[in-house]
Amino acid sequence: MSATSISKESLKAIMQSKETVVSKGAAMADTEKVEIATVANPAAAKKMTKKTSALLSNKPSKRKAQIYSVLNVVLPPVFGILLLLAVWTLISHQTPSLPGPLKTWHSAVELFSDPFYNHGPNDQGVGWNILASLQRVALGFGLAALVGIPLGFIIGRFEFMSRMTSPIISLLRPVSPLAWLPIGLLVFKAANPAAIWVIFISAIWPMIINTSVGVSKVPQDYMNVAKVLNLSEWKIVTKILFPFVLPYMMTGVRLSIGVAWLVIVAAEMLTGGVGIGFWVWDEWNNLNVEHIIIAIFVVGIVGLLLEYALTQIAKKFSYE
Amino acid sequence: MEKILSQEKINLDKANADRYVQLENVDMTFSTKKGDFNALKNINLSIKEGEFISIIGHSGCGKSTVLNLIAGLTQPTEGLLFCAGREIAGPGPERAVVFQNHSLLPWLTCYENVYLAVERVFGASAEKPESKAKLKARADAALELVGLTHANDKRPNEISGGMKQRVGIARALAMEPKVLLLDEPFGALDALTRANLQDELMKIMAKSGCTAVMVTHDVDEAILLSDRVVMMTNGPSAGIGEILEVKLARPRARLDLAEDKDYNHLRSEVLRFLYERHAKKAA
Ligand SMILES: Nc1ncnc2c1ncn2[C@@H]1O[C@H](COP(=O)(O)OP(=O)(O)OP(=O)(O)O)[C@@H](O)[C@H]1O
Ligand SMILES: [Mg+2]
Repeated sequence: MSATSISKESLKAIMQSKETVVSKGAAMADTEKVEIATVANPAAAKKMTKKTSALLSNKPSKRKAQIYSVLNVVLPPVFGILLLLAVWTLISHQTPSLPGPLKTWHSAVELFSDPFYNHGPNDQGVGWNILASLQRVALGFGLAALVGIPLGFIIGRFEFMSRMTSPIISLLRPVSPLAWLPIGLLVFKAANPAAIWVIFISAIWPMIINTSVGVSKVPQDYMNVAKVLNLSEWKIVTKILFPFVLPYMMTGVRLSIGVAWLVIVAAEMLTGGVGIGFWVWDEWNNLNVEHIIIAIFVVGIVGLLLEYALTQIAKKFSYE
Repeated sequence: MEKILSQEKINLDKANADRYVQLENVDMTFSTKKGDFNALKNINLSIKEGEFISIIGHSGCGKSTVLNLIAGLTQPTEGLLFCAGREIAGPGPERAVVFQNHSLLPWLTCYENVYLAVERVFGASAEKPESKAKLKARADAALELVGLTHANDKRPNEISGGMKQRVGIARALAMEPKVLLLDEPFGALDALTRANLQDELMKIMAKSGCTAVMVTHDVDEAILLSDRVVMMTNGPSAGIGEILEVKLARPRARLDLAEDKDYNHLRSEVLRFLYERHAKKAA
């Protein structure tokens, strides 16, 4: 018991010094404190080693297999990233204008030490640029979901609608997203709504198509149940179609977000304003190649996070 | 005058009771990619009120099709179907179906699956919708009838195959149907579970007294449960080959029947029909 309190005391001192550096708020520091405290608690540590040694002596092969499988998960991605860095370094040595990983890293540290500065509309921190892009994507994507998902339901539910819309969809879907930009500029007479329009039109197809495919895949058995129970159209949609289609819909949503995030960079390069795409273009004009490379990573990481968040949401909604 | 009228009414009722469900010259032709396929030809069948009918025949002869026609899920290409004197125009809650593969909605609990049916039949009727509490009591009662109160809050994928089938039966019975249609209700179950559920179904049917049509592959099941066994010839253009009356006293006990002379005679009749006169040629 006393051991715990002592270790906690000493930790407090460490944490305090750390807090000044991190300055992230007491809540976060607290959780860290507890975690470290349990590890530093000698009694608990003893117990843990006892447990692990017991495990080791009882089932050495199982333990080995566990370590092996963990390594199997962790090592390949690490190798992959190292390989990427190696290739990058190699190329940067060949072409002096391309900065290597280390130089880029230093530049990134500097850049992200103050992501939210604001020196007028043409010079804002990278944080503002990311947020501006995310806002456009959210708007365009949200509108696309609002239109695309109900449309998908209607198309999947009614054969007539499906036949009516299929030529339109087949015709418009393969069109490159940026081809829609002039139309947007023409109609809205402003750059920002035009960019949102491009996001909308490119994000809507996966949602329409996946939702309608899901609806048309509803097993006949379930529809027979609906018929025998004489369910109302509303009940059919809420109790049968919607739960069944949800996983398909979420796939569509995920694809859409991916496309939207893909397209926003290109759209913003053309429309200007604040945004990660415009930022890339701006840095190209400044010939600041480090920042362009950083932007590529930022776009990739944000896309990854969006994808991850949606996958988690989709998992939550799945009925299996 | 009044007397005559009432007498007529009684006669009419009696006639209706004798032909509670009626199939008249029913033909069913499916149009497929490879052209038309005549599945059923000239089916005539009258089912009495409260009667238990089994339909037996080789796989693919059209048993499910007959059942779907009575359910109103498909429309015949030729002929007419009646239930309680009225033409069958579509599915209706007075003809509940227990599906071959239970067809429970996987995202609803057992209770919710049953409640969905109850709600529609009794909660949304135009004349006097029942209160929520009453609907809940109905769903609970139906699940209790099949002995599944403890599984109320479980999802279908959390319970065994036999339990699922029982929930399917509870859902159908909760609608208080006039006719219960069962499509190989125990087909996917092991022999022990199957026997238990057959016994349960017999008890339930005796209690509720509703008319039932059951499709089955199992000769013993057909004879044990039914008042009449309808044997179908092989398709295409399948028809009713023979109808066998099962005049065994009820309640029937599986063990006693095993040594019963009449039972064994009936059994061999059905077997002879299926495997001698209308043997399925190996494909
Ligand atoms: N919707 C349909 N379209 C085309 N053909 C069909 C359709 N439904 C059934 N059939 C055909 O009609 C015939 C009878 O089918 P049905 O499902 O009624 O057979 P079944 O006796 O129930 O068979 P099983 O015992 O295997 O369930 C089969 O040859 C089948 O291929
Ligand atoms: Mg069948």
